[in-house]
Amino acid sequence: MNGPFAFTLALGDDALIAAQRLAEWTTRAPEMEEDIALANIALDQLGAARLLLSYAGELEGAGRDEDALAYLREDREFRNCLLVELPNGDFAVTMAKLLVLSAYQLPLYTALAGCPDERLAAIGAKARKESAYHLDHATLWVKRLGDGTEESHRRMQSGIDQVWPYAHELFAARPDTPVDPATLRAEFDAAVGAVLAEATIAVPDSGWAPAGGRDGVHTEHLSYLLAEMQVLHRAHPGAHW
Amino acid sequence: MSERGERTDRLGAEGPAPLWEVFVRARRGLAHTHVGSLHAPDAELALHNARDLYTRRQEGVSIWVVPASAITASSPDEKDAFFDPAADKVYRHPTFYEVPEGAAHL
Repeated sequence: MNGPFAFTLALGDDALIAAQRLAEWTTRAPEMEEDIALANIALDQLGAARLLLSYAGELEGAGRDEDALAYLREDREFRNCLLVELPNGDFAVTMAKLLVLSAYQLPLYTALAGCPDERLAAIGAKARKESAYHLDHATLWVKRLGDGTEESHRRMQSGIDQVWPYAHELFAARPDTPVDPATLRAEFDAAVGAVLAEATIAVPDSGWAPAGGRDGVHTEHLSYLLAEMQVLHRAHPGAHW
Repeated sequence: MSERGERTDRLGAEGPAPLWEVFVRARRGLAHTHVGSLHAPDAELALHNARDLYTRRQEGVSIWVVPASAITASSPDEKDAFFDPAADKVYRHPTFYEVPEGAAHL
């Protein structure tokens, strides 16, 4: 895989898998208002995924469009981070995942908006506003649950504990790409650290840092997610609304 | 864990979150108009929910949320006393008056 293609594909896969996971909350969120908020965020991620995967297909030059990349690849061909494929867990786990993901995507898309590649810059400029809102939404809930009741605090701390090890993979150095994720770590730590401090949530100090998503080595959860996401397209190739 | 903020105390309370009335200004120069209501545990989340529920198709440029409990409404029982007396007072409308001759710029 060439560099620009692999980079764009990884970002597109992050957004696509995050969208599919968040969409699982539809009709199951704690309250109707939150149901719609989560569906909105899922659709934002899907919108970014479509732009990124379409562009990735052009960069590859093998004639694959967004649908071919989304629906006709096997799990080992996906390049998303492990964080987004993890099961939703309870609402606190989902908010912990959204906090980490959006605090990573916001500086990433912001940096992308200033990169020399015009297409990536345009996608970054559009997506960063959405990421800023996702971060805002996750921040609201993490603060309320963390600094809430005994039970909500316990669940929020547990959610952060479960999700935190998967944050390290996001910032693995890739110096040959338009934006090296390693350069975003300080901004991420500052933003998330401030939220967790206000939420009275302790930052886990586990050294465990699972990785492999960028090389196509995933958890088993991705395979089940893909089966559900791809089944219609594989049964009826080219199906559309 | 005993120092949890008061802000979120209601999250742990039983029953649904408080009701908020939502007002949206469609564009600059127009007044905020009542568009509906929603449930939220506090004002900040009410504003976020309102954004997602009522402005996702570019319906507005500004949102107000007001606790429904803060609104004092007229009662249907008082409808006659409140509104009927205005019915026969046609002189309150400018069209009741004839413009005098020669008063071109009234």
